Amino acid sequence: MAGRASAEGRGKGLALPQVPTIAVYIAGFIPAVWLFYAGVTDQLGADPMRALEQGLGLWALRFLVATLAITPLRQLFSINLLRYRRALGLLAFYYAALHLLTYLVLDQGLDVRAIVADIIKRPYTTIGMATFVILIPLAVTSNNASIRRMGGQAWAKLHRLVYAAAIGAILHYILVVKAWPPEPLIYAAIVAVLLGYRVWRAFFRPKPAKRRAA
Amino acid sequence: MLIRRPTDILSSETTPREVYFNRRQWMAGAAGLALAAALPKGLGAAPLSAAKSPLSTDDKPTSREDVTSYNNFYEFGTGKDDPAKYAGKLKTSPWTVKVDGLVGKPAEFGVEDLIKSSALEERIYRMRCVEGWSMVIPWVGFPLADLIKRVEPLGSAKYVAFETAYRPDEMTGVDSFFPVLEWPYVEGLRLDEAMHPLTILAVGLYGETLPNQNGAPIRLVVPWKYGFKGIKSIVRISFVEKQPETSWNKQAPSEYGFYANVNPEVDHPRWSQATERRIGEGGLFAKRRPTLMFNGYADQVASLYSGMDLRKFY
Repeated sequence: MAGRASAEGRGKGLALPQVPTIAVYIAGFIPAVWLFYAGVTDQLGADPMRALEQGLGLWALRFLVATLAITPLRQLFSINLLRYRRALGLLAFYYAALHLLTYLVLDQGLDVRAIVADIIKRPYTTIGMATFVILIPLAVTSNNASIRRMGGQAWAKLHRLVYAAAIGAILHYILVVKAWPPEPLIYAAIVAVLLGYRVWRAFFRPKPAKRRAA
Repeated sequence: MLIRRPTDILSSETTPREVYFNRRQWMAGAAGLALAAALPKGLGAAPLSAAKSPLSTDDKPTSREDVTSYNNFYEFGTGKDDPAKYAGKLKTSPWTVKVDGLVGKPAEFGVEDLIKSSALEERIYRMRCVEGWSMVIPWVGFPLADLIKRVEPLGSAKYVAFETAYRPDEMTGVDSFFPVLEWPYVEGLRLDEAMHPLTILAVGLYGETLPNQNGAPIRLVVPWKYGFKGIKSIVRISFVEKQPETSWNKQAPSEYGFYANVNPEVDHPRWSQATERRIGEGGLFAKRRPTLMFNGYADQVASLYSGMDLRKFY
């Protein structure tokens, strides 16, 4: 996917200012730094642990959504942000890891029995944990050396797991709230559009002649 | 929850008197921008004198700020800080509570008359939310039993049904694009639960009339049940023969029962109820504490449910 994308993307699209990737990482970590700072200094309201836990999880989902938006933005609107996709994907992983860490340490106080019971008995925890596990191989192989070693096609195939992760993240979010508040449904709709677009493209769009990545 | 919706009320309109800022109200916006939300503290609050009660707990009360800024009152939005931001729009005076159904003396009570004619007590109660957090709240109110005796329920009255005001013009959450619950919010108790001395109608907290976000001007408090049983801003109390419908039970019958007694051994289908986090206790690094049977009121109320399978009647 990434290989074909870069070949297609070359030479067209808007001329966007070239922000160095490191800037995306720096900006991307601002919410985490703020949340921890605000939490420690008692600025997260009455239930700071919950605010931190949910805030980190929400940012993980936002970065996941941003990662999934890169391809449709390029193909439909000729906006090429491909060079930032790895950073966005890794940010999603880092935030998911911080979210999980907050759950394990601050929420459950490393109570192994309670955590294991949660994972076994609570679908939202089971799904959340599975989603994180899915993200691990994607994060580990998010580097040029892995693409070279695996070959573009195998790498792209592996990274399609991000679709499963997005669905898992949405289910996790919906299952943890009471009733049907708007926020998780809005994210569910966004993810449905982003994944639906890919389904549409895979099945209903006439396939272009096969191209090879450089 | 970090999602913020901008208020459609200018802060100048909602904070006329005691505009005060403190650092808790400087919250993070979506992009890490700090945005100030000045909450009206004690907007229109009037002092209430109340006698101390032996039914109060010795637990340390949660701060007034936490009690009045972290609320579930879905008529004003699903965010915990939505009620404090938007409930100011609810006009709570004049306010009447209609009491009808299977009673000898149906009546409409003005809340101010109820306050004047009742022996108000301070009841410091634990409040356990079904979501897994808890507070300790110094309510001011009077036993629901006092009101019940005044209307003389008939022998056929077995349950008490409660209804919250439904005012789309004043409640930002009731006609939202995604209806969260069916409105008006309704709740119910068995008559013996309603008559229990622990069950009160609260008209105040921390020695003043209720802030709107806490259910002004009059709300139910049943300390051995999950918080959602404590219906807010009550306009109607009806005595009925059959078990009345309750809002959360209608929304998800497998998750929220009619009884909703706090019970660490009966989990919510999606999460454990064995432990809770006490709000304001240790901040970010607060440890969970074990949840107590009937929220610690087992000695007083367990006999109401003797012989009942509490897994079935959750």
